[in-house]
This record gives sequence, C-alpha cells and structure tokens, in this order.
Amino acid sequence: MKTLIVAAALSLAWASGFAANLRAEGTQRPAMMRVAAGEFESVLPVAPGKNRVRVASFEMDAVPVTNAQFAAFVAANPKWRRDRVSRLMADPQYLAHWQTPTTPVAAERNQPVIRVSWYAARAYCESREARLPTWYEWEWAAAANESKADARNDPRWTQQILAWYSQPAGALPDVGSRPANIHGVRDLHGVVWEWVEDYNGLMVAGDNRQQAEADDTRFCGPGALTMEQKEQYATLMRIAMLSSLKAEFTTATMGFRCVR
Amino acid sequence: MSNYKSFCLAIAVGLVLSGCGKESAQQPVASAHASGVLLDTGGSRKGDFGAPQGEPINAVLTNPPNVPPPTARNYPAKVIVELEVKELDLEISEGVKYTFWTFGGTVPGSFIRVRQGDTVEFHLKNHPSSKMPHNIDLHGVTGPGGGAASSFTAPGHQSQFTFKALNQGLYVYHCATAPVGMHVANGMYGLILVEPPEGLSKVDHEFYVMQGDFYTVGKYREKGYQAFDMQKAIDEHPTYVLFNGSESALTGPRALKTKTNESVRMFVGNGGPNLVSSFHVIGEIFDKVQYEGGTRYQENVQTTLIPAGGAATVEFHTEVPGTYVMVDHSIFRAFNKGALAMLEVSGDKRADIYSGKEQDEVYIGDKLESLASVATAQEARAKGTLTKAQQIEAGAALYKGTCSVCHQDNGAGLPNVFPPLAKSDFLTENPARAIEIVLNGLNGPVKVNGATYNSVMPPMSQLNDDEIANILTFVNNSWGNSGPAIDAAQVKTTRAGTKRAEGAAH
Ligand code: HEC
Ligand SMILES: [Cu+2]
Repeated sequence: MKTLIVAAALSLAWASGFAANLRAEGTQRPAMMRVAAGEFESVLPVAPGKNRVRVASFEMDAVPVTNAQFAAFVAANPKWRRDRVSRLMADPQYLAHWQTPTTPVAAERNQPVIRVSWYAARAYCESREARLPTWYEWEWAAAANESKADARNDPRWTQQILAWYSQPAGALPDVGSRPANIHGVRDLHGVVWEWVEDYNGLMVAGDNRQQAEADDTRFCGPGALTMEQKEQYATLMRIAMLSSLKAEFTTATMGFRCVR
Repeated sequence: MSNYKSFCLAIAVGLVLSGCGKESAQQPVASAHASGVLLDTGGSRKGDFGAPQGEPINAVLTNPPNVPPPTARNYPAKVIVELEVKELDLEISEGVKYTFWTFGGTVPGSFIRVRQGDTVEFHLKNHPSSKMPHNIDLHGVTGPGGGAASSFTAPGHQSQFTFKALNQGLYVYHCATAPVGMHVANGMYGLILVEPPEGLSKVDHEFYVMQGDFYTVGKYREKGYQAFDMQKAIDEHPTYVLFNGSESALTGPRALKTKTNESVRMFVGNGGPNLVSSFHVIGEIFDKVQYEGGTRYQENVQTTLIPAGGAATVEFHTEVPGTYVMVDHSIFRAFNKGALAMLEVSGDKRADIYSGKEQDEVYIGDKLESLASVATAQEARAKGTLTKAQQIEAGAALYKGTCSVCHQDNGAGLPNVFPPLAKSDFLTENPARAIEIVLNGLNGPVKVNGATYNSVMPPMSQLNDDEIANILTFVNNSWGNSGPAIDAAQVKTTRAGTKRAEGAAH
C-alpha cells in the first residue's frame, strides 16, 4: 500500500517536470519509477499449465535509454565503440546509425538508442549499477495503462499495440512521447522493442506451430501460446521478436531500458 | 462387393487415362492394383536423382503475374534462391493503403522455379527496416516445419538452409512466424514450382495468379490508411478478397494479355489465410487442371477449388477475342470484395464459335461486355484519351444493376417511390449535386418535375471515382437528357470534401 502511494505521488510530481528532465543530457542519472509488486497471468507459463506469476517491486527507467545516454556510456567505455567492439558482442550494424563512433546524429540524441546488442545493453545497465528487466518484470510493467496495473483486457490496450505492429518502422519519436502508465513509465509500447535479461529463455520455437513439443518444459512457451485469447497476440508477437534474436544481434527497432 | 469392384475399375481407368495422354480409356486393365503400381510415379521415393551436378545456378525469381522461364535442364543442380522480406505500404484498392509484409516486395511473393531433384540453397533475408522477424515454410520441402524453424530471421539479418526438392508439383510457401495468421493475412505467401524431370509442355503464356483474403479496420474501399483487423480475421470476415494483392493488380491497364489461338497456363495459388477459392474464368473452360503436385490432370473443368495453402495449374486455349474475367465464384467476393481479374484476348472475331447471341449469353455475355466497356474507359482515362462516348458506354453498363433497380432501365423511376432521372429538372438544375447524392445518399422531401418524393436513397460510396463519373455522364446524357460529362477528378474532390457515409455495399 505504501509503495503504491509513493508511486502515485512520484508520478504526479514527475508529470510536471518531465519533459524538461528528458531533454537533459546523457550524463545525468536517468529517472527511474517504482513499479509496484504484482501477481498476474503471464502469457508465458512458468511451468506447463501454470501462468500465474508474482513479480516483486522494482524500479524501472521511466523511458527507454536514449542515444545521448548511450553515447555517454560509450565515451566512458571505449571498448563499446562501434569501431572497437568485438564482433562476438555486437553485429556489424551495431550503432550504425550514429554520425561517428562516439556521437549520435544531433536530431536523434533524445530518441531511444537502437541497434544495440543484448551484451551492450547489459553492459550499459551494469555501468549504472542496474540490470535489464526479466521478461516477467517487463511484461508486468507493460500490462498497465494510465489507470490500471493490468489493462490487458482493455481492447484499446491491444489495439494500440497492434496498430504499431501494423505499420512499417518509420522515424522514431523522442523518448517520453507516450503517456505515462500507472507506474509513471512511458513508451513501453508503440516505440521500440526492448531487450530483456532472459530473452534467450523465452523459447518460442521459430515455428510456433510446433506445439507437440510442449511436453518439454523448456518448450512450454509455444505449447501455451495458443491463440485462445486474442488479447495475447500483441504480447506474443513481442516474444516472437525476442526469440528471433541472438545476443550479438542489433536491429533498427530494438532498444532497451534498465531496472533495479 | 460389386460396388467395390466398379470403384477399383474407375480408379484404374482414371490412372490409365491421365498417366499417359495417348492411352485409351477402353484399353483393358488387368487389375487396379497392378496398374496402380505401374503408374505410380513414386513421389519423394523416386525424386532423388543424386548429388547436384554442374555449377550452382542462381534461381530467377519473378514478380507476379510473371513466371520464370523453364529450367530446361536434364540433370539435378544446386539452385541458390535469395529471397528478401520487406514490410511495405502499398495500395490495396484505389486510394486505400495497407501495410503488406512481403516476400520480395510483392503480394504474392516472388515465383520460384526449380526442377525435381534439385538441391535448393535457400537464403532468407529480412530487410533492416522490418519491424518483425519472419521465416518461410515451403510446402515443397520435405522436413519438419518446411524450413520454418531454420529460416527464422530477425530484422536486418539473413538465414540459410538447404533442401532437396523431392516431390514435383506446384507448392505454396508462406511465413510461419507467430501469429501465423497475421503474417499470412498481411500477404506473406507465394508459389514454388518443382518441375517434373522432363519439364512441362510448351505453352504460349505462363501466368502467376494468387488469391488472398484481407482484413482491414475500415470498410471495403474506405479511403486512406487501413490497419489490419485481428477480430475480422478470427471471425473469417474479410474486407477484401483479391488476386495478386490489390484490386487493380490484374484489371484495366494491368489486365493479362494474350492473342487468340494461344495456349495459356496459369499457376494459381491461394494464400488464404481463411478462404477457399472457387476459381473460375468467365467464358473459358479449363482444358486441363492439375491439382497441387498432381501428376495427373482433370479435363474440361469449369470451376476449380483451390484450398487455402494450396495451388492448381490450369491450362486453356484461347479461341474467341474479348475480355475474360477471372473470379472467385463465391460471387459476392468478386463483385463486393474485389476478387476479380481480367484476361484480354485480342484477335479476329470468331462468330462461328461465339456469335454473341447464344442463350447463355444473357448472364455471361452481359457481364463480359459491361466489364469490358468499364475496363476500356478506365484504360482510356489512364492514358488521357477518355471520350464522353466511352464514359457513356461504361456508365450505361454500371447503371444497370447499380441504379436501375430503383430508377429503372429507362430512367423513369417509379411514381411516388423513386424519382425519375430522365428529364429530371432537379438533376439538370445542378448536375454536380448528383455526385454528392451518389456518395452520400439522399433523404427527406425532394421535388422532381413537380412531384414531391420523400424517401431514402442509400449512399453508394463503394463506387470508385471513375465509376461514379461514368454513371453520371451516362445519366446526364440519356433518355432525352443532355448535360455535361462528369470528370473523375470532380468526384474525387467532392469525396474528399464530404464526410464518409455508411456505404450501401456493407
Ligand atoms: C435503393 C434505391 C435507389 C438506388 C439504387 C439509387 N437511387 Fe437515386 N434515389 C432514390 C430515391 C428514393 C431518391 C429520392 C430520395 C428522397 O426522397 O430524398 C433518389 C434520388 C436521386 C436523385 C435526385 C432526384 C432526381 O431524380 O433527380 C439522383 C440524381 C439520383 N437518385 C441518382 C442515382 C444514381 C446515379 C444512382 C446509381 C448510382 C441511384 N440514384 C441509385 C433511390 C435510389
Ligand atoms: Cu512473416
């Protein structure tokens, strides 16, 4: 109860100074919001037939990590420059959209950083004494809308996500362009995909029709990800995206944020 | 028992007939069993002709409606296929944009042609601008998932897998990434032809046509950008049913073209995701239809069923010139959802075969002629050579069945119910107003030639700009009326300036 009130108060306080804060340069410590603990039905079963998940309270970046913030990290950790990074840690498209190995395009400074590998995203979060969210943490935070912690049954929640999916990737907005959800967190939907710590364990087979293999607990994902509830489509597609990746992959729509 | 016997005999005859065109049906058959063994081509068991020979070959891929040339090879080769997935905004209907997910930039995807026994090295590339991961399941692959798991590819990446094409035939390929239905509904399918070792017989034309159903949030022909509608897809209520991914893909200036006395082979697929196609060409009879990968064919087929995720090769010979309309004969799809394509056959008239006055013609001939004049007008407008006479001719065809049910063939309307269009003072007073009436409908009291009507005309906004312009040009210049020609641009402006009414077509 206490955390809830704190969270609400925080998000109120946040709302006013928010835009100004976001434009601040990368060196500044990014704002994190407290996501209250919760229990919910995940689309990804914990064990066959068991979807109920409890997530402890955590703090999450209010917005995705920006190009400017990531540039500050690269400046401090030159081994993560695109011209020095190990090919095992990031594919050739890593930060390819930057003007130089150390500077993003000026107009994109406050846009979410994209073309980052999972390794790079992790290293960034570590540098802030934070970490990548787990899938369940991410899913829980993203289940919210402006007024409810679990808004997944609201058709508008789904429609908004599907609308983004059904358009080709265009220019990205600056971070913070979407309304804050009840936790005060923004841009979880409709801007970029985001890395999660355990993306590798999501185990949606490349061919999600292979449901016969559901008895293998590692494959419980695809087994349970049937289309009984169309509301789950939206989330399922994010899992499909994550499971197409390898840790060194980067894509033009893949960003991240940290938690703690 | 006797039933069983005749059943066996029927099979035997069928096998003999189609196994080799020269053999006669009368030829005695020792036993169904024996002939069955004889004529079985062996499927995948006999499709392996050993290791690939010669230099690797880069497959020629073509955009629909084109088909790559025959492989013209007598040995198994290694064939390299490079297919790129792109997510693109394309026109699904006039003025309607939709985000398609494509194999090779088109819907359906690029046509792939290999020879039975070939070893296919498949490279699937997912364009860096893609938002989604994609993969490919080829129905012509022998192996779990048809390649799906091995080809699962993130945006900006590519993957490779190899398969041996063991079975000959015409096969659908499609994306199988979750949610499969959505990837297919967005246009992710195409055809791969695995030629029999001896190749296919020579024909004058080969075409590639593929049906698909589409689900948009807006209604049929509602202008602007239209997003995918998951609920309609689940309910199997398509907004569009189309050949080659667009209402105009194979109509007007883009109609398929042949001459008379030519042989035509069409590779017809159905991507679905939901509907089964009753494929029919109005005014033609398929001399041969080969289902899926069948090694035998059926002859003299009027309408052939093509399952979602299936394909057929149809062949016919052209005799009579004219416009032949291809439809899904689940006919509302053709006239209200766009499942309509055209084949224009040019050449000398053949009155000995088709006089234009046969009994059947009331249905077939009528439809044909009407669509032909509409197509001619559309083509002329595209070229900038449209005449008032062409507009009137096309308008006359469209008026029938669109307006004539109420305003009557002679434009006289029905007393007290439907006002006349013939010599209507209301119409003459302001011919431009008629555009609004057709787009938005009309209700409330209206005085025409001294009589007051107070009824409802439904909006007809499903008609496109050309169609409305032609109908009104016809109305303005028929039954003693003499008024201006209406330009499609005028209709476009009026449409843009009025808020959308619920169309009558829905
Ligand atoms: C379902 C019946 C129906 C159909 C189909 C129909 N109309 Fe009408 N139309 C009416 C009625 C009824 C009115 C009078 C409405 C009123 O009372 O307000 C009308 C009025 C009109 C008028 C104005 C009055 C007049 O007679 O000049 C025009 C012009 C017109 N229609 C043209 C068309 C055209 C062109 C089409 C075909 C695209 C068409 N209508 C199709 C029923 C129909
Ligand atoms: Cu796909």
